[in-house]
Amino acid sequence: MALTKTEVEKIAHLARLHVSDVEAEEVAKGVSDILALIDKMQSVDTDNVEPLAHPFDAAQKLRPDVVTEPDRRDELQQLAPQSQDGLFLVPKVIE
Amino acid sequence: MIEKTVAELSAALAAGETTSVALTQAYLDQIAAHNEALNAYITVCAESAIAQARAADEARATGSTAPLLGIPIAHKDLFCTAGVKTTSGSKILHNFISPYDATVVERLQAAGAVMLGKTNMDEFAMGSSNESSYYGVARNPWNLDRVPGGSSGGSAAAVAADLCAMATGTDTGGSIRQPAAFCGITGLKPSYGRVSRWGMIAYASSLDQAGPLCKTAEDAAILLNVMAGVDDKDSTSIALPAEDFTATLNNSLKGLRIGLPKQHFTSGLDPAIESAVRVAVAELEKLGAEVKEIDLPNSDLAISAYYVIAPAEASANLSRFDGVRYGYRCENPVDLEDMYKRSRSEGFGEEVKRRIMIGTYALSAGFYDAYYRKAQKIRRLVKEDYARAFKDVDVIIGPTTPSPAFALNSMKDSVTMYLEDIYTIALNLAGLPGMSVPAGFVDGLPIGMQLVAKDYAEATLLNVAHQFQQVTNWHKKKPVLTASEKTTEA
Repeated sequence: MALTKTEVEKIAHLARLHVSDVEAEEVAKGVSDILALIDKMQSVDTDNVEPLAHPFDAAQKLRPDVVTEPDRRDELQQLAPQSQDGLFLVPKVIE
Repeated sequence: MIEKTVAELSAALAAGETTSVALTQAYLDQIAAHNEALNAYITVCAESAIAQARAADEARATGSTAPLLGIPIAHKDLFCTAGVKTTSGSKILHNFISPYDATVVERLQAAGAVMLGKTNMDEFAMGSSNESSYYGVARNPWNLDRVPGGSSGGSAAAVAADLCAMATGTDTGGSIRQPAAFCGITGLKPSYGRVSRWGMIAYASSLDQAGPLCKTAEDAAILLNVMAGVDDKDSTSIALPAEDFTATLNNSLKGLRIGLPKQHFTSGLDPAIESAVRVAVAELEKLGAEVKEIDLPNSDLAISAYYVIAPAEASANLSRFDGVRYGYRCENPVDLEDMYKRSRSEGFGEEVKRRIMIGTYALSAGFYDAYYRKAQKIRRLVKEDYARAFKDVDVIIGPTTPSPAFALNSMKDSVTMYLEDIYTIALNLAGLPGMSVPAGFVDGLPIGMQLVAKDYAEATLLNVAHQFQQVTNWHKKKPVLTASEKTTEA
């Protein structure tokens, strides 16, 4: 199915991507081509098939809920574009 | 010396015929001479490599004899390496210095391997040509106008051109096997869960798996011995009995049952590749294997299911790149939303954004059943195809790719490129181990034969591949390299 410009804008917003008016048409075409490839699936009857989420149907392992990682806050925050006093800085959210 | 296999280098080091420092310097010289043309490495760690080599030589002097001790390796640039830039081929991580090592890196380092650097790749491992790398395309050593394949294209090119003795890669839909085929080397994608994914920058978590790219099957076995193993840090890694993958390399193939899927020998396949693979299979028959045709009826649906599941998982995984904690942030954001959107749109390349869009769409309200759930059902059908086939055969063999390495910039759109992975993608959906082994040449370019075995039967694959390499010479062929002119200045 072919996506409209409005649909592209909606998906881009959900994905927190910026798509300009100029780009929207090209993105719609690229995404629609892939959806056409995907839609081949719809021709197969899968009513009685259980979805497979993990290649070996394995269940999630659990571990005791204890702290295993050391505190490396200062070191890790050096990677941040902007940080101060142990906080990550972002543009003002609340006026 | 640099053209030797890991097994040969290991023996040479043990016999005192060379040192790790000398060997490491020889690879660094080869990198200096050829990386300009091949662009196989994004980052070269000359100083730390020599330091690690010196430490390996000292360890050997005090009695250490580990098989990988002092052997130079290259890591795909999506394995986190402490203190070394880790980009995943993306602009969004152009300044990311990892604060920790991936488990695979840690294990190889503990085994004494010397890290030469980080190899080029398609951005976030999304691609089959290396053309989506922010750091420029890596080139195929057999022909610089051809792609090396992807996404582990830099690793494959580096091994083929002796820019390292061995390399790591990852495979989500064919990203170890396809570049191995295109560059004429041996690549193994282990079973899902065999190797820890911890510290690998995630693309599609239920499909991603790390593995070795090497010159021979024997080398792949030596490397897998170190890479494999359960890891508390990756809850999807699986606790399996310890195995020495080199122990069964010399088993006889007498009575081995080989299945040739009829869906992998159809009109989309280059006839020259088909005949090369059939000749290769005949070699295995001479070694005592029995061959029959098998049916994988849902083969052509695998790509469709993959392009829902992989982008859906990618859209979730890549949401972490938000310009807040690490990586690229746009200039002068006006508010938080603007910062998210522009950091991501400026930081990600076109193919990555396309897959995030597809995944977001497939997971969005109202479409989940039609896309993601449907794809998971197809995934089960694909898995069942293989399970049925493996009741009658031990190994499934076919071509790795439908054509040899294609020319740079020759794929006109994404979908055409996706179809290049037609034979490799199903294994990731099914979690099965697969291998690509050099099996001939078409128009002067190497081509690969794909071997598939049942869950956790990597030893079978390695055994078959090793026996094949005892009676063929395809894996010994070397590309002719001409040193690039600019290296003298560097």
